Amino acid sequence: MTDVSPEVRAAHWAKTKTLTITVLVLWFIFSFAVHWFASDLNALSIFGFPLGYYMAAQGSLIVFVVLIFWLASRQNSIDEEFGVAEDDDG
Amino acid sequence: MKGNFIDNLPKIYGLYTGGFVVFILLMAILEQVGVDAETIGILFVLFTVLIYAAIGWLSRTMQVDAYYVAGRQVPAVFNGMATAADWMSGASFVAMAGGIYFGGYGYLAFVVGWTGGYVLVASLMAPYLRKFGCYTVPDYIGTRYGGDLARLCAVIVLVVASFTYVTAQINATGTIAARALQIPFEVGVWFGLLGILLCSMLGGMRAVTWTQVAQYIVLIIAYLVPVFWMSSKQEFGLIPQFAYGDAIARLGELEALHKVGELKATESFAGVRALTIEHATAGASALANWKFVTLAFMMMAGTASLPHILMRYFTTPSVRAARTSVAWSLLFIFLLYFTAPALATFTKLQVLDPNLATGIIGKSFSEVASLDWIQKWSNVGMLKISDSNADGILQINEFFMRGDIVVLATPEIAGLPFVISGLVAAGGMAAAMSTADGLLLAIANALSHDLYYKIIDPSADTKKRLVAARVLLIVIGAAGAVVASFKLTGILGAVAWAFNFAASGLFFPLVLGIWWKRANREGAIAGMVFGFLAGTAYLIWVRFMGGAEFIGLDHLRFGIVGMAVSLVAMIIVTQMTKEPDEETQRMVDEMRIPKGASVLSSDH
Repeated sequence: MTDVSPEVRAAHWAKTKTLTITVLVLWFIFSFAVHWFASDLNALSIFGFPLGYYMAAQGSLIVFVVLIFWLASRQNSIDEEFGVAEDDDG
Repeated sequence: MKGNFIDNLPKIYGLYTGGFVVFILLMAILEQVGVDAETIGILFVLFTVLIYAAIGWLSRTMQVDAYYVAGRQVPAVFNGMATAADWMSGASFVAMAGGIYFGGYGYLAFVVGWTGGYVLVASLMAPYLRKFGCYTVPDYIGTRYGGDLARLCAVIVLVVASFTYVTAQINATGTIAARALQIPFEVGVWFGLLGILLCSMLGGMRAVTWTQVAQYIVLIIAYLVPVFWMSSKQEFGLIPQFAYGDAIARLGELEALHKVGELKATESFAGVRALTIEHATAGASALANWKFVTLAFMMMAGTASLPHILMRYFTTPSVRAARTSVAWSLLFIFLLYFTAPALATFTKLQVLDPNLATGIIGKSFSEVASLDWIQKWSNVGMLKISDSNADGILQINEFFMRGDIVVLATPEIAGLPFVISGLVAAGGMAAAMSTADGLLLAIANALSHDLYYKIIDPSADTKKRLVAARVLLIVIGAAGAVVASFKLTGILGAVAWAFNFAASGLFFPLVLGIWWKRANREGAIAGMVFGFLAGTAYLIWVRFMGGAEFIGLDHLRFGIVGMAVSLVAMIIVTQMTKEPDEETQRMVDEMRIPKGASVLSSDH
C-alpha cells in the first residue's frame, strides 16, 4: 500500500469530490437544462444561428471539450498539492 | 527500439498523412486522364485497407501486456486519436448527418449525447480504472467485487452489448465494400471482416491502437474535405462550421417556400422517406424535451459503460495521461461531430435551393429524373422520385431518400469530382473497421482473459492464453458476419441498443465501485443482473410485444428503465449484506490516488 497517511488521503479525496461535483453540475446544465429550453432559446440568435439549435449543434460540445481539459489540469494540481501525483510520469 | 518508435510517432504519422494526401492527388490526376469512378473507388478502399493490414502485421506480438493493453505506453494525444476512431463508427460517419438531415433538431440529441458522455468518462471512470491496472472491464469488476460470479455477469453484459454493436459495424463495412468494390453485400461482409481481423489478430491491442490512429486520419480528412469544398463553393467562409447560421436562415425560407412539414408524402416506398421535419425548429412540448434529454442521457451513460472505449484508457503510460487523453479524444471526436450538422445543412441547401445549379426541388420532374446521381442511387433502391400529383414538377413530398446515403452521396449531389466520392467511401470504411476492431477485441479479450484464464483454466501459460484470444477473435468475428448478413436491424437502431444494454448492466457497478466504498459483491451482482434483465424485458415489451411506452421511453431509451432498476437493486442489496472486507476497502483507497503501484500487477 502506498505510503500516504489517511488524513492526506481524506483531504485529497474531499477536494477531488468537490471538483467532480462542480464538473457534473456544469455537465448537467449543458447536457440537459439548456436543451430543455431550446424552443425558447431559438428566439434569440448567436453568430447568426438560432441559439437553441446552436447549443445542441455546437455550443454544448465546445463546453464539454473545454470542461474536460480544465478538469484534467485542475485534478493534476490537486494531486500535486497533496503529494499523491505519480512520481515518474511517462 | 520500442522507445524509438514511441518518440518517432509524430514523424511516422506525419509522413503517413503526407503519403495519404499524395495518394489523393494521384487519384485526382488519374481522374483527369479519364480513369472511371468505379476504378478510383476500388483503389481508394483497397489501398487504405492494405495499409491498415500492414500496420497490423508490423505490430504482431506474443507478449500479454502488449496484446491486452498495448504495453501501456500509448501517449495521450495518440490514444485520443485511436479512441476517436474506436468511437466514431459507421453510425457517426455514415448515418449521423443523414439523421440530422431528416430528423432536424431532435436528432441533435445524439450529437450532444455522444460527446457529453466523455465528461462522465473523464470525471467518474477513466483515471481510476487506469490506476487499477486491469486488462479488461470485467477484470476490474471481478477484482473489485471479488468472485467469479461478478466477473461472469460483467462478461455477459459486455458480450451482449458489444456483439449488438459489432454486427452493425460489420454490416456497415459490408455495405461500403460492396458498393466500392462492386461485389455482392454478402461477399462484402466477409471482405470487411477479413480486413478487420488482419488489423487485430496478430497484435491485439497494440495493432488495433496503431491502425486506429491511421484510420482516424483517413476518416477525418474524408469527412471534412467535402464540407469545406461545398461551403467554399457557396461562399460560407474559411471555417464553415462557424458560419453556417446564414445557411440555416436560408433553409427556413426554403422550408416555407417548399412547404416542408405541410406537404406529406402521398405514396410510400420501402426504406426511403420524404423530408417532413423542419431543420432548426425545436419541439416546444414537455414530451419533446423529455425525449431529447432522455436520448442524450442514454447515449452518455452508454458511452461511459462501453468496454471498448473504457479499455482504451488502460493503454496510457500514467493516470495523468489517461485524464488528458480523454480530453484529446473528445477534441478529435468534436471535429467530426460539429461538422455533421453543417454537412446536413449544406447538403439540404444544395437540394432545396432553386437558385443553386444543384437544386432539384421545384425543378421539372423529367430534368431531375435524368440526373446521374438520381439514377445511380435509384438503381440500388436508396432513392426514389415519384411525380405523385402528376404536375411535372418535383415537390418536397415526391423526393424520397434513405438517410444513410446523405454523407456518401453528398459529393455527387454537390457535383464534386469522383475522387471525393472515393475518399468518402474510404473514410466510411475506416470508421466502421476501427470500431469493429475495438469491439471484437473487447469481446475476445473478455472471453479469453476473464472467462478462460481467470475462471476456467488459471494455470494456462502465456502462449495458450494468446492463442485462445486469437481463436475467439476469429470465431466471434465470423459469428458477427453471419448475423450481419441477415440484416436484422438498421445500423443506427443496433448502435443505440448497444448503449442501452451496456448502461443498464454496467454503469452503476462501474461507478459505485470507485465512488462508494461500501458497494459490495452482492450489490454489484444484483445491479448487473436486475438492471440488465429489466432493460431487456422492457425492450422486448415495447418493441416486440406492442407494449405501451412508459412516459415516452421507446426502444432507443430502454436503458432508463434498466439503469433505474440497477441503481435501486444495487443500493438495497448492498445495504442488506455486509460491507466489503478490509483489503477491498484498501483497494478502493489506492484507486483514488494516482501515486504508487497499480492495484493489479502486469502479470495478474
